[in-house]
Amino acid sequence: MTWHSLTDWWWPYLFILLAGWLPTDIWRYLGVLIGGKVREDSDALIAVRAVATALVAGVIAQLILYPSGSLAESSIFLRIGAAAVGFLAYLRLGRHVIVSVIAAEIVLITGLYFS
Amino acid sequence: MKRPPLGGLFLAGMTGSGYRLDMADSEFSPLPEQEDDSLRTRLSWFLSGASMIFSIPAFILMTAHVGFAGFASENGVSLLQASFMVAAIWALPANIVLIGAISGGYSLLGAAIAVALSSIRLMPMVAAFIPEMRGPKTRRITLLFLSHFIAVTAWVMGMERFQHIPRHMRTSYFAGLGMTLTATNSLVVALVYFLSTDFPPIVFAALFFLTPMYFLTSLWGSARDRSIHVAMVSGLVLFPLIHHLAPAYDLLLTGFAGGAATMAYVRWARARAS
Repeated sequence: MTWHSLTDWWWPYLFILLAGWLPTDIWRYLGVLIGGKVREDSDALIAVRAVATALVAGVIAQLILYPSGSLAESSIFLRIGAAAVGFLAYLRLGRHVIVSVIAAEIVLITGLYFS
Repeated sequence: MKRPPLGGLFLAGMTGSGYRLDMADSEFSPLPEQEDDSLRTRLSWFLSGASMIFSIPAFILMTAHVGFAGFASENGVSLLQASFMVAAIWALPANIVLIGAISGGYSLLGAAIAVALSSIRLMPMVAAFIPEMRGPKTRRITLLFLSHFIAVTAWVMGMERFQHIPRHMRTSYFAGLGMTLTATNSLVVALVYFLSTDFPPIVFAALFFLTPMYFLTSLWGSARDRSIHVAMVSGLVLFPLIHHLAPAYDLLLTGFAGGAATMAYVRWARARAS
């Protein structure tokens, strides 16, 4: 059974539900069951939060180091440099997300123009 | 950045921004909380969450979905299907994996396995989110329903905002936040697809860079203790290494390895303090 197996109008939607919604929300439901057992201010909560945070940090690294689409053609050093400048701007200039985003974008766009 | 709710301003001033829940505090607020569970109060917190659609992170997420609409149309997925995917799956990486599987001619089972692998990360994320969101009387069915709206952006926003929301109103707040984000982005995908908006590649490149910068700074800023910073740095440093060794499980392994490194740090810090 593939995306093109059936021509009925509802097949793609069933395909999305079975191959997209189900294998995604099942993890969310498991997370609710696990999170429901974790007690506030317990070591288990610190551990779960550490795993989740490291994982999101992994997503950040992935987006910067191995992006897809138009960003994939830019130099990896340019992207790392832009992210570093943006993060330094965040730390040094009063911890504003918008300042960091603008600083990173200036470096990135300038780099893209001259490459 | 404190943002008063749309309605219920008075209540917000009393219980919303008056105190912060820190790690050391107990589950309940120090004030004897008025159990104001009226529908009106819930609605005003719901609307307060919904109003976060007018924020920088919500805008950044919309730009990511602009890119997704283009990706869907390039791969022969229709407008309605693409919009349905966003609402039903609500995890951008899973959406991109699914479209990749469709255009690669995968079987239903093969596509489901690929999507499941990309979505495992949601399990520890939701598990960490639930203790922050639930109130003393929240039912499990409510949490199961709301968990659908947890994806990376909503997770980061919630973790950052919850400390300013009274505990028993957090589910209402997140319902407003999560459902509005999901609905709006489904519409954004449909609209961009319909207009078949095309931008030069440099615009897309610039837009795609907004997401990691937002995650990086707001996750760093929302940390309430040092263990979060240790977890972030470990994740950032370990990811390229693990990606090199085991690309299929890179995110999940990064989570566990980074989590283990963080727990080692927590133990060490405690031993030094005592």
